[in-house]
Amino acid sequence: MSALLGPAEWEAVALSLRVALLATLASLPFGIAVAWLLARLRFPGHGLLNGLVHLPLILPPVVTGYLLLLTFSPQAPLGATLEAMGLGVAFRWTGAALAAGIMAFPLMVRAMRLSLESVDPKLEEAAATLGASRLRVFATITLPLMLPGILTGTILAFAKAMGEFGATITFVSNIPGETRTVPSAIYAFLQVPGGEGAAWRLVVVSIAIAMAALVMSEWLARRVAARIGGQDA
Amino acid sequence: MLEVRVAHAFSGFSLDVAFDAPMGITALFGRSGAGKTSIVKAVAGILQVDSARVVVGGEVLEDSVSGVRLAVPARRIGYVFQEPRLFPHLSVAANLRYGMRGGDMEPVVRMLGIKDLLSRRPGALSGGEAQRVAIGRALLSRPRLLLLDEPLAALDESRKAEILPYLERLRDEAGIPILYVSHSVPEIARLATTLVAIDAGRVLRVGPAPELLSDPDIAPVIGVREAGAIVAAQVTRHHADGLTELACSAGTIFLPRLALPEGGAVRIRIEAQDVMLAGTRPEAISALNVLPVAITARRAGAGPGVMLQLRAGDDLLLARVTARSAAAMGLVEGWTGYAIVKSVAVAAADVGQT
Repeated sequence: MSALLGPAEWEAVALSLRVALLATLASLPFGIAVAWLLARLRFPGHGLLNGLVHLPLILPPVVTGYLLLLTFSPQAPLGATLEAMGLGVAFRWTGAALAAGIMAFPLMVRAMRLSLESVDPKLEEAAATLGASRLRVFATITLPLMLPGILTGTILAFAKAMGEFGATITFVSNIPGETRTVPSAIYAFLQVPGGEGAAWRLVVVSIAIAMAALVMSEWLARRVAARIGGQDA
Repeated sequence: MLEVRVAHAFSGFSLDVAFDAPMGITALFGRSGAGKTSIVKAVAGILQVDSARVVVGGEVLEDSVSGVRLAVPARRIGYVFQEPRLFPHLSVAANLRYGMRGGDMEPVVRMLGIKDLLSRRPGALSGGEAQRVAIGRALLSRPRLLLLDEPLAALDESRKAEILPYLERLRDEAGIPILYVSHSVPEIARLATTLVAIDAGRVLRVGPAPELLSDPDIAPVIGVREAGAIVAAQVTRHHADGLTELACSAGTIFLPRLALPEGGAVRIRIEAQDVMLAGTRPEAISALNVLPVAITARRAGAGPGVMLQLRAGDDLLLARVTARSAAAMGLVEGWTGYAIVKSVAVAAADVGQT
C-alpha cells in the first residue's frame, strides 16, 4: 500500500486505523454494559442514560468536540489530573480515539441493545434453574445469543470511528502524525494547491475500508446466525 | 417429602395455598387462571411472593418467617416449562451437560430415548423430542424436586402419547418428588400419585389421586363430562381376538389390545359417563365388562345428571346417570347392582403403567 500512497498519506491511514481500533476496543465493554442496562433494567435515570448515550448522534460534532476540550484540556480539573498521571489526551492520538469512540458509541449501543432485546429472558430463567449464577448465565447464554449484535455494533462503530472528523478536529486539532486522521488529512490536502491527488487517494482508501467493513459485517452476521439458529452441531 | 405454602396478593387475585406432598407425582390441578403456575414459580424462586414456605426433603428453601430465601440457582429444583426452552446455540449434548452435577448422563439418556439426538441442534428437533431433552436436562442437574409445568400442553395428541410413558418411568424411577401442573384430566388420571385440586387461588382438596378422582364432590371441578375414577388392574392374558384381559379387585375387565406384557400393573381411567347401571346382571348384552357394585355416595348435579360413587371390590368407580333413571331405579346409597362398561369406551391413552 505504501507504494500507492505518499508517506504523509500512509501516516494518516495508519493513524486512523490505530485510532479507530483503540476507540472500538476500549468502548466495547462499556457498550455491552450500557446495552444490557438499557435493555434489561428499569431504574430511575434510565431515560437520562438513554438520552446521554444518544446525544453525540444528534449534537453537532463540533459541540461534542468543544465539550470534550472543555473537560479534558490541561486547564480543566479532570484534564489536569489526567495530565499529571501521564494520561492526558488533549491534542494526542488517544484524544482522537476518545472523540471517535464517543461519536461511535450510540451506533454500537443501538445494535447491541436490539440484539439483546431479542434474546429470550425465558432462556436465562431456565439457565438459572439449572444452577447457573447470574454471571454464568450472562457469559454462556446471553452473550453468545447477542453475538450478532455485538459484531454488527463493533464493525459499525469501527467504520464510524474511521470517518470521525468534526469532534476530532475540534478536540485534538489536526497535527500531522499525532491527530491527523484520514478525514482531517483529506481536509488538509484540500486546503493547499495541488493537494487534490493526495486527497483523492485517501478518498479511495476510505471507500475501500468502509466497503470492506460492510462486507465483513454481513458475512460474519450470516455465519453467526447460522451457528445460533442452525440445525447441525 | 415436600411442604409448600404460598401466599401472594396479585392485583385482583389472591393466592393462598398450603399442601404437603409425598414421593411420586403430585399434580396441581385446576382451571387455567386458578394459580397453578404461580405456585410452581414461587416454589422455584422465580416469582417472589409475599409469604412462602418451601421445604424439600427436610431442606428449607424458603421461609418468610425465618427470613430464608435461597436464590434460584441454589435451590436445585429442576424446572421443565411448557416450552422446552433449550439453548439454541448449543447442541443437545451441551444442553444436557449445562446443569449437570457430576455422574453419567447415560442412564437418563437411555430412559428418555434421546441417544440419537445428542449431536443435533435444538432447531432440528420435533416438539416431543425437544421436551424430552428438556426433561433430561432438568434431571441431570440432580434436582431435589422436579417441577413440570404443563409439559405436554403445547404438543399434539401423538406427541403426548410419545412422552407419557417416559413420565410414568420418571415417576417410578427418578426417586425425587415431582410437582406436575396440568389442566388435562386424562394426563392427571394417568400420572398423578397425589392430587391437589386448586380453585381460584385456594386448595380445594388434597389426597391420593384414586380417592379424589372417585369423589363425586370433586367432579364438578374436574368437569362432569371428564370426571372418571381410576381402577387398578393387572394384565392377565392377551386374547387372539384382539382383546386384553385384565384382573381388577371386582372381577375381570376386557379392553382393546394393550401393548403391555402379561403381569404388568396398570391403572385404567373409566369416565363416569361411560358407566351404565343395571339392577340385575344383564344377559345378552354387547358390553363385555359387568362388575358387581354398591353405591357409596351420591351427588345431584346442577343439570339433569346425578353423580354416583360406586364400590367395586376394593376400587371406587364414578357413574353419571340422569336424575330420572336414578329416581326410577332407586339409586341411593346402599343400592347394589351391576356397573356395565363397554370395552371400546376406554381409550388406549386412559391406560397407564404403574
